[in-house]
Amino acid sequence: MDIAQSFAAAFALILGADPAFLAIVRLSLAVTLTAVAVAALIGLPVGALLALSRFPGRGAVIVLVNALMGLPPVVAGLLVFLLLSRSGPLGPLGLLFTPTAMVCAQAILVLPIVIAITRQLVEDLHGEYREHLASLGLTGLRAIPTLLWDGRFALATAILAGFGRASAEVGAVLIVGGNIAGYTRTMTTAIALETSKGDLPLALGLGIVLILLTLGINAVTYAASRVGARFAG
Amino acid sequence: MRETTSVLPLAVSDLTFEAGGKRLVDGIGFTIPRGGLTVIIGPNGSGKSLTLRLCHGLIAPSAGAIAWAAGEGTLAGHKRHAMVFQKPVMLRRSALANVEHALAAAGAGWSERRSRAREALDRFGLTDKADRPARLMSGGEQQRLAIARAWALRPEILFLDEPTSQLDPGATRQIEQMILALKAEGVTLVMATHDMGQARRLADRVLFLHRGRLVEDAPAETFFSGPASAEARAFIAGDLVW
Repeated sequence: MDIAQSFAAAFALILGADPAFLAIVRLSLAVTLTAVAVAALIGLPVGALLALSRFPGRGAVIVLVNALMGLPPVVAGLLVFLLLSRSGPLGPLGLLFTPTAMVCAQAILVLPIVIAITRQLVEDLHGEYREHLASLGLTGLRAIPTLLWDGRFALATAILAGFGRASAEVGAVLIVGGNIAGYTRTMTTAIALETSKGDLPLALGLGIVLILLTLGINAVTYAASRVGARFAG
Repeated sequence: MRETTSVLPLAVSDLTFEAGGKRLVDGIGFTIPRGGLTVIIGPNGSGKSLTLRLCHGLIAPSAGAIAWAAGEGTLAGHKRHAMVFQKPVMLRRSALANVEHALAAAGAGWSERRSRAREALDRFGLTDKADRPARLMSGGEQQRLAIARAWALRPEILFLDEPTSQLDPGATRQIEQMILALKAEGVTLVMATHDMGQARRLADRVLFLHRGRLVEDAPAETFFSGPASAEARAFIAGDLVW
């Protein structure tokens, strides 16, 4: 099959809404969106807390979080694998090779991004707002809701960056999910497998969807920053 | 039992603030009774802003006392003093939401917030700016909003830290009119400025600071017609830079 034929077959798969194809796309989105939601739920308050608190070793924590933004997905996958494997501390839960395990691994990848960007943003904003908020009696942790709300557009960008990282990675979900057809097979693991098997149309079709998704995320990010500029000035 | 109805007078004694080994506010003492507009004047670095921040409780004094007639300047759990800054801090929200946020922080309920915020904007001619993002308004409008936001909290006493130093003459005039209107309403005002003309236009009483010390405390008329200290004479003549 030459490349032109592969592309034609790939588009046929996408436009024909092939059920197996759609199931892979759906699972990928479900896993990544859940992971991003979990990371945001934990990362936004933790990042804000890190921004406003002062304790010995705070600098080291910030450096560590920033460094973890570059954590290789395969290493994150390995860590979750060790935790969830039969002999690991969380082995009895029986979560290895399930979508839940993939959510855990991707959340670990996204969390440092959300914490690091939230920390920086909230710290800058607090520098600007501190006296006014103190005047209103909003000192210490009571300043956090105001700061998170006023940073909402920039924070949305952080969360979308996390979504981009999670949706593109293959190493972590491959290790902890196992690429089981119809159960833990995502777009990225399917592309890796189908390419090595020689099923180029499926790999290409999924690749096209992934690229469209990335384009979409960037369009939303851009729109969020534009709307933010209009509201925030 | 004496019923407390006011946080004033505010009695400040031996107020001292040190930072980096320097004494920036040095043993200042004065009393602010109810009503009137007290101007704290002095050259840059004389400790005007620090004195206001110390009184408002934004920073803690190194020594000395700030004694309100009631609590920490609170009455029935409500803080009765507010502050307007030189550079207004505008939240990344609409003008109306900026006022509502301050009211929420003061514990006002949802519907009360809305109506009191509207009232504050109406009071200071910002009705048609209610839905504008605060940070996109002009400098003069931002400072008017900052005063409206402080007024919405119904303070007994308002501290103003050089509220017009970054504004053009037209906006300055508007702010000064607002300040006079607040005074007429019975709000006690303490304003820092280094603008001699503004002090002449607005002040009932002048506290003249120089290098962290209170050099003169006099009624405005007395201060401007016959300053007692050599420093004040030099400052009025425009010869005293610091």
